[in-house]
Amino acid sequence: MDKVTLRVFRGAGNGGVEQDYEVPTFEGMVVLDAIHYIQQNLDSTLACRWNCKAAKCGSCSAEINGVPRLMCKTHVSDMASKGQPIVVHPLKTFPIIRDLVTDVSWNYRVSEKIPPLQLAPDAPNPLVMQQMDVDRIQEFRKCIECFLCQTVCHILRNHNAKEQFYGPRQLIKLANLDMHPYDTLSRREMIRHEAGVGFCNITKCCTEVCPEHIHITDNGIIPLKERVADEHFDPIQHLIRKLAGTDKKKK
Amino acid sequence: MALNTAQSKEPGRVSLPINSRKDTWWIKPLLVFLGLSTFGIYATWRAFEDRYYWGPHTWGPYLSPFYSPLLPVFHIGHFAISPALLILPFPLIFRLTCYYYRGAYYRAFFWDPPACAVGEPSVRKRYTGESRFPFTIQNLHRFAFYIAAVFIAILAGDAIIAFDFNGHFGMGLGTLIMVVNVLLLSVYTFSCHSFRHLIGGALNCYSCGRSGKTRFRIWQRISYANERHMLFAWLSLFTVGFTDLYIRLVSAGIIHDVRFF
Amino acid sequence: MTENYDIFEHDVLVIGAGGAGLRAVISAAQAGLNVGLVCKSLLGKAHTVMAEGGVAGALGNLDKKDSWEIHFKDTMKGGQFLNNWRIVEIFAKEAPERVLELEQWGAVFDRTPEGLIMQRPFGGHTYRRLSHVGDRTGLEIIRTLQDKAVSYGMKTYMEVTLTRLLKDGDRVVGAFGYYRPTGKFLAIKAKAVVLATGGWGRMYKVTSNSWESTGDGVMMAYEAGAELLDMEMVQFHPTGMVWPPGVRGLLVTEGVRGDGGILRNSKGERFMFKEEYMPEMYKGQYAETEEEAHRWLEDKDKNRRPPELLPRDVVSRSIYKEVLAGRGSEHGGVYLDITHRGADFIKRKLPSMYEQFYALGGVDITKQPMEVYPTIHYTMGGILTHPETCATTVPGLYAAGESAAGLHGANRLGGNSLSDILVFGRRAGDGTAEFARGVDYGAVDDQQIEEEMNLMLAPFTCEGKENPYRLTQELQEAMQEGAMIARTEQGLSKCLQTILNLQERAKNLHVDGSREYNPGWHTARDIRYMLKTSEVIVRCALERKESRGAQWRADYPDRDPEWGKKNLIASKEGDQVKISTRPLPEMPPELAKLFEESK
Repeated sequence: MDKVTLRVFRGAGNGGVEQDYEVPTFEGMVVLDAIHYIQQNLDSTLACRWNCKAAKCGSCSAEINGVPRLMCKTHVSDMASKGQPIVVHPLKTFPIIRDLVTDVSWNYRVSEKIPPLQLAPDAPNPLVMQQMDVDRIQEFRKCIECFLCQTVCHILRNHNAKEQFYGPRQLIKLANLDMHPYDTLSRREMIRHEAGVGFCNITKCCTEVCPEHIHITDNGIIPLKERVADEHFDPIQHLIRKLAGTDKKKK
Repeated sequence: MALNTAQSKEPGRVSLPINSRKDTWWIKPLLVFLGLSTFGIYATWRAFEDRYYWGPHTWGPYLSPFYSPLLPVFHIGHFAISPALLILPFPLIFRLTCYYYRGAYYRAFFWDPPACAVGEPSVRKRYTGESRFPFTIQNLHRFAFYIAAVFIAILAGDAIIAFDFNGHFGMGLGTLIMVVNVLLLSVYTFSCHSFRHLIGGALNCYSCGRSGKTRFRIWQRISYANERHMLFAWLSLFTVGFTDLYIRLVSAGIIHDVRFF
Repeated sequence: MTENYDIFEHDVLVIGAGGAGLRAVISAAQAGLNVGLVCKSLLGKAHTVMAEGGVAGALGNLDKKDSWEIHFKDTMKGGQFLNNWRIVEIFAKEAPERVLELEQWGAVFDRTPEGLIMQRPFGGHTYRRLSHVGDRTGLEIIRTLQDKAVSYGMKTYMEVTLTRLLKDGDRVVGAFGYYRPTGKFLAIKAKAVVLATGGWGRMYKVTSNSWESTGDGVMMAYEAGAELLDMEMVQFHPTGMVWPPGVRGLLVTEGVRGDGGILRNSKGERFMFKEEYMPEMYKGQYAETEEEAHRWLEDKDKNRRPPELLPRDVVSRSIYKEVLAGRGSEHGGVYLDITHRGADFIKRKLPSMYEQFYALGGVDITKQPMEVYPTIHYTMGGILTHPETCATTVPGLYAAGESAAGLHGANRLGGNSLSDILVFGRRAGDGTAEFARGVDYGAVDDQQIEEEMNLMLAPFTCEGKENPYRLTQELQEAMQEGAMIARTEQGLSKCLQTILNLQERAKNLHVDGSREYNPGWHTARDIRYMLKTSEVIVRCALERKESRGAQWRADYPDRDPEWGKKNLIASKEGDQVKISTRPLPEMPPELAKLFEESK
């Protein structure tokens, strides 16, 4: 049976080491299988998160060979190159708890700040929406909250601007709400200021790592930038809205 | 300028370098850097050269896109100002504020970041992205688009004139190049994110109202092209440079235009 | 001696943050109560995210003839009449409202041309009934409920594992457990507790369940004195992935068959058309020729459904028999083919299946058939609850969702679990709110806490050498062999022996390392519940000497009308599992009449 070496970070906030483990491989093996093998046979204390093992829950995020990925969706055979170990690190943008487990609670705290959907009082029940109206937001709702986009985003990763920028995941959530056909609450000020859409310099790493293939930048963040521009950087539109009296569409 | 150090160390973040990539992540930013630099240097040189761009009676009905529309030469004191210097800023601004190019040059020139999940030059202290002046100007991309759209019309006119060989309908290699150029420029220009937004992106309900469905259909087409915005950004950059180069070479007599009919 | 531990208080404590738990939080919070929610993983990762095909409710958006009565009938028939009729009645009546309410909270289902919620056909459902979002309906539901619950400001305990319910006399007054990251202990006092801890598929080797499904919730209830119902009823989903080994057991949504997927054996036969596989009860209701099944794709009114859409237990058994007869696929499954629907359709309606097979299995399902084989999927049995309030037999303790029992009988219909969690999650929240308003906090007994602490910490100091992972594997192998689709007296008895042996060996469990995020330690704790749950399952399976729904006794291959009149009840008596039978509640005549009319 073929073998592969995994080089896994072991440790906590006060430091740690990379440790090598030799793991037998089988057809279709993913990195999470290898981690499970280590837990079951080599070291039962190796900490990692996982749930569904089917790329649906977004728990097993890690940095494999330096790139943020889901461990359950990353084939060992794609990562292994001759004589080189597969390097598995925890997410580097968040405080580490232990081994491959990081404290991602910041993402939840930010998410809580976003006001939920607010339907128009006269919205029908059931809602009447055409598929063409919801295609866009359904894409955003595919998000499994693996936070790979958050961890790869250099604004959070390198500049740690967590006070000024909500990160791609939450901008997608804001885009979802802002584009909902029946939502009446304007979150544009939040998008511009608290969420800090202007911080994004559209280098698109979030889109590159998204395991759900959501076009985070092109379909989410850039449209939000354009929507902010409508209100704050476009005197012509401003004038048209004033004249047409459509300024109060979203409160 | 250590690229590999962990930056912005929040307490408790893992004690590893920010960058653990072993692949050749630097190739892409390098190519972008070389591509944009080459074009930039060539275009600057051509803008100042102020000749070999127009001469319908001698070698063909071609006008270089760098010098279109045809403007008289200005003089400030003794200095002659090349018309290209008055023309090029407009397409330049369109490309500078283009959502694709922004990401590309932030990566390749500003190293902010040079690639995904790698470090950045540690000399920069504070990051504000596009939220502070002068980068807030990027938000005016739609105005640059309006101007770029006018230029498409002008260049299309040039391409039509390029069929007119002293009153005879004809076609040379230069004509073909100009037509291809204006086509690719149009696709690039009209697959712009701002245009996509203005056409349909700004709406929340396409099925509501009379124009919604039409706008949705156009928006869908633009979205399709927009997914390939990067491709068209590069193709059109290449063709616009190549069109100018071809016309310059023909006009300078270095090569001869091929006449098809 | 006890070490220090944190103490919290909430009017209502909800254990489990899947759909049922979150829905319970919402209704308890709407009643103005202070709610605490405990989840074993991060919020939003619970098993609900894996639900794919849709949520069943008779909205009648496509088939106007659909009604709650027909949903009621389908569910009772699917469950082989072992269901509690009142639970099913409430369920069928309230499901549509619960689905529509999600939409008001931000869920975005696929649409019909009229702009209403799109519904797809599914096994055992007479009409197109499953509201869905492609094949990621569960994700849509959990995210919607999560956002809604969070907006009420509930307190969430993420990555907290509870290990024991605390009692004051007869009443449940809170729960005790530990923080996964630090290993430190905590106790949460509550006036009422909702268990919404999901199922327990993890004791099988081939399962679509995650690590969380260890039966801890159901066993905590059992330890606290609650009665368990029909625990032998474990559902085998007909279509789990087979190859490669790493993804064995992973779910392939029934939506594939709902959208026209065809099952074939290695000889290319569409074997579900074989007469031997068609149960008496469903004769005449399904297409009898491949042509009719094909026409049904286009015209659902004039043609009958293909037999691939028989209830799950029937399809699972058929696949099992085909493979046993040597007509299996290369890797020991059968073929499920959807290629005839075209790449565009597949990518739009089944995007995550496409992605799952493409990324994990290296198969392009728009071009090639899938290989599938039954996988452990769901547990119909569970905690006995009151139909109206979801109260268990223990005061102060409520249960909802997969951990509760009574709705699905001997076999669950696809799509009914998602409406189950909505309907009864809400009722559990209301039930606890009502109860909590009338009582005060109970007293926490230090002795119970000390016992639990000692039990939890024992593996660190134990001299024994048993490895928790090894025991888990042995249990999974024993259950897979002895308590799978085809069960026999002999196989079950052997399996029970193994379980009892493992329970002895589990006393010598040893784990290394610290208490901080130590998976070995967590597994040592899980195995305790898994072993006990397995014991109850196998004992019940031995007891029920008939074949009905998910329980297929090869040595008693027929349905026994006598067994059809009673449920099996398991409860704790000292250290023993007490198994008894109880007559099913009798259906009132006006509901019973529904079944006569159809005959």
